[in-house]
Amino acid sequence: MKYVIIGNSTAAVGAIEGIRQMDGSGEITVISNEKYHTYSRPLISYLLQGKTDMERMKYRPADFYEKNGCRTILGKKVIGIRKAVRTVLLDDGSEIPYDRLMTATGSSPFIPGFDGLDSVKCKFTFMTLEDAFSLREALGPDKRVLIIGAGLIGLKCAEGIADHVKGITVVDLSTRILSSILDDSSAAIVQKHIEKTNIAFILGQSVSRFDGQTAYLSGGGKVDFDILVAAVGVRPNVSLISDIGGETDRGIVTDEYMRTSIEGIYAAGDCTESYDVSCGQRRVLALLPNAYRQGECAGINMAGGERKFDRAIPMNAIGFFGLHVITAGSCTGEVYEEKGDGSLKKLFYDDDLLKGYILVRDVEKAGIYTSLIQNRVALGDIDFELICEKPSLMAFSRKYRQQKLGGVV
Amino acid sequence: MKRVYVNEKWCLGCRLCEYNCAFANTGERNMALALRNLEISPRIRIEEGSDICFAVSCRHCEEPLCVKGCITGALSIEDGIIMVDEDKCVSCYTCILSCPYGAVSPSEHGAVQKCELCVKNRSGAPACVAGCPNGAIVYEER
Amino acid sequence: MPVDFMYPEYEIARNDSRCIRCRVCERQCANEVHSYEESGNFMLSDESKCVNCHRCVSLCPTRALKIVKSDHCFKENANWNQAAIKEIYKQSGSGGVLLSSMGNPERYPVYWDKMLINASQVTNPSIDPLREPMETKVFLGKKPERIERGPDGSLRNNLTPQLELAMPVMFSAMSYGSISYNAHESLARASRELGIFYNTGEGGLHEDFYQYGENTIVQVASGRFGVHREYLEAGAAIEIKMGQGAKPGIGGHLPGEKIVGDISKTRMIPEGSDAISPAPHHDIYSIEDLRQLVFSLKEATQYKKPVIVKVAAVHNIAAIASGIARSGADIIAIDGFRGGTGAAPTRIRDNVGIPIELALASVDARLRDEGIRNNVSLVAGGSIRNSADVVKAIALGADAVYIATGALLALGCHLCRSCQSGKCNWGIATQRPELVKRLNPDMGFRRLVNLLTAWNHEIKELMGGMGINSIEALKGNRLMLRGTGLNENELGILGISHAGE
Repeated sequence: MKYVIIGNSTAAVGAIEGIRQMDGSGEITVISNEKYHTYSRPLISYLLQGKTDMERMKYRPADFYEKNGCRTILGKKVIGIRKAVRTVLLDDGSEIPYDRLMTATGSSPFIPGFDGLDSVKCKFTFMTLEDAFSLREALGPDKRVLIIGAGLIGLKCAEGIADHVKGITVVDLSTRILSSILDDSSAAIVQKHIEKTNIAFILGQSVSRFDGQTAYLSGGGKVDFDILVAAVGVRPNVSLISDIGGETDRGIVTDEYMRTSIEGIYAAGDCTESYDVSCGQRRVLALLPNAYRQGECAGINMAGGERKFDRAIPMNAIGFFGLHVITAGSCTGEVYEEKGDGSLKKLFYDDDLLKGYILVRDVEKAGIYTSLIQNRVALGDIDFELICEKPSLMAFSRKYRQQKLGGVV
Repeated sequence: MKRVYVNEKWCLGCRLCEYNCAFANTGERNMALALRNLEISPRIRIEEGSDICFAVSCRHCEEPLCVKGCITGALSIEDGIIMVDEDKCVSCYTCILSCPYGAVSPSEHGAVQKCELCVKNRSGAPACVAGCPNGAIVYEER
Repeated sequence: MPVDFMYPEYEIARNDSRCIRCRVCERQCANEVHSYEESGNFMLSDESKCVNCHRCVSLCPTRALKIVKSDHCFKENANWNQAAIKEIYKQSGSGGVLLSSMGNPERYPVYWDKMLINASQVTNPSIDPLREPMETKVFLGKKPERIERGPDGSLRNNLTPQLELAMPVMFSAMSYGSISYNAHESLARASRELGIFYNTGEGGLHEDFYQYGENTIVQVASGRFGVHREYLEAGAAIEIKMGQGAKPGIGGHLPGEKIVGDISKTRMIPEGSDAISPAPHHDIYSIEDLRQLVFSLKEATQYKKPVIVKVAAVHNIAAIASGIARSGADIIAIDGFRGGTGAAPTRIRDNVGIPIELALASVDARLRDEGIRNNVSLVAGGSIRNSADVVKAIALGADAVYIATGALLALGCHLCRSCQSGKCNWGIATQRPELVKRLNPDMGFRRLVNLLTAWNHEIKELMGGMGINSIEALKGNRLMLRGTGLNENELGILGISHAGE
């Protein structure tokens, strides 16, 4: 069996490990347009911050490919799939045959067409190791940075470079930071914490045009900067599949076995859509844990196993300057709220189910809440009052605990 | 594979497991020396209610969500035991977000901590089990 | 507030350089002796509540604790000693009968310690139990006077029901109520594993333990609690309890607050009602009355089970035993004055009854003299502490012994003698669920099995040394014993010669 995986990040590693659970000898080829050993993308901000290095950033040990019997084709781009003859076409003209193919092509930064953007000399996106390297070249203690986008990427970037620049201004159209994962009250706490550093926010405004080193804002103000980082959003890379008639929407559409609509081709990771069990909708859940589990599931199925991935929910663990935030699920329904000094807990529940939560600062045992959402545990079956107060196994039935603490799980 | 199992029927909530765990992971030779004036941060924790108590530590799941979710590859499975590479961990807490038992916790050393069945410390075998006075925590094959 | 005359008997010595403030002592003390002072980060102790049970000492992970006897003292007085003075203070404060638990702790002679065991030298060979067979199995019950044959000359089985013990030790009666469910389970499982018997005491038999029936002796006492047909049929033997060594002549009283849940169900009395066992059986005022009960019980169980009559060792025990041996009973159990109890009036415990060694010797001699020794087996109890005590008891004439205090010690009892408080920190003499769970029967049963397995090895060693290879050959073999420091009278009653004779 010949397996080909396009991509070399989390979903790809998941797929390799998934395949090897089932098939110890099939040929695995990993193709990536990046030239590096598999690395952890979220660590690029930690790299700039100095909290990790190239060696420790490796998502898997140096002998990973060798141990798993993988052939790697790095630094080459796949330009097309010939589904009729089951080959993929590389930018150097070569063709790689496959029996099972997985696309883990990830996503790309999306940059809106700002007026005058061409006049900006020093501009970056923040997604890959190469992005981080080029941004690092530009940093300096007297540099002023403008980041467009107060989402996860923009803010992690800000944290990563804060110590190496004079000041950072973050502009976002939304009226709160991290708008995709936080609500107003939690965002305010995090914002206040971040503002203790050299980072300032301008929210509820967008850039209407650039002129060299000046950004003119929709509110009438302007920001002078030396470095621009665009972190507005990302778009799933779906073209390899859509080009050959595979079903795509915002992301590549798969079933719960991670099969695309094309025979023999699977997809996993940020390029796909998932079924979010917390809200019952298909959406792009570009999250690392999600990508791994999708990849692993695809790998197992590609190698003849049968595994479903049907527990996807949005979930994020993120920290800024020592303040930790964990969120999962959807912020809909009734709310249980506990507010402390610089800390916050919000649980969202509806229909006898926990739908989502936001924890700021005190995040211990958050996974117990996550499991309630993921496994759709009926709140009537547990001591909800207790679990609101603190995540604990005490809130579950004795029988549940006996199974979990007294059995192999 | 041998794992640590907890039977709440026999747990007394004495918390010796917590102290034995903390001690084992200090690397010191004497418990008094190691733990005096120290607020312990054990990898096994007692949950206590009005008439129930039990210890919780890593289950070393066969399908570990913490390992699968780990963004750095710092968590891995070695011979069935889920281990933390403290060098690689950046304390993003995705594992804390993922673990359905609340068995991974922050630590003061900059990496997360969890039960590693005492294979990395001087105890060699789970110290919580050795120190449990009532057989409520056992280390066995099931 | 009136002046409290009582000064705590113990002091809690905490080695502060070892204490790590883990507060295990605080959590484990049901008497609430220890507490933690948050503001100063130190541990406090209120020694007036301490019963010296060692729970905190045993669980302290750094061995930072010890309990020491207070050296606070009264003016020296050989007559009005400290205990005597304190008892006056206590009673003048409370107006009540003094209560105590476990066996008589006073300084009466321990005859076991004044008897020595023989060994073979030169003229008769000793036996190595590791190389040669050594029989510790015994059968308890009436032994037939003569062999009977049928018309064709074949042997007729005229043997009445017997208890078969793999070794000559049994666990004596402790009721479910006086001890915990887990203690009972430990005893029951150990008995099955060891091939011996435990005894329900007067608390009935919890339905969970019917499965151990083959290793259970069910007791019928003056309160008749928990007695019904299935109960009688569940056990391997039935014991009529006439008396108890710790409190001869009086009954028992389990307070209503302990009669809860399963205990009430097992005893067949309403929750919260006091379980009062009368001093006498109100239907037994003579040996003839006793005979009626013996045969009622035999009748109820189709003569399939031996009946034991248990009496306390009192002054005229030999005559009493002679009567019992003629009552139809198969086994007589004699309980010496050092036997334990869950609660007894202190004055009774410490002043009534006689030592088991003397009682046993005189009963065995009397039954032999009267030619009725084979009517019954004799079981001796009341502070058998080790295998040497077992061997000495058998040499004095016992068929087997009963142990209880020793068994409780194996389960963790530290003889603090506070059973009556119901707050046993070791989970033995308590019904409080959070305390009961401290005794895990998986561990408890193993410790009991270990103890008696060790004793059995020692019994074989001692027997082998004497050149004896079965309990049967040791039984009543008083030539194997010599006394030390005993007067003529004592030697005469024990039926042994002085050492050197």
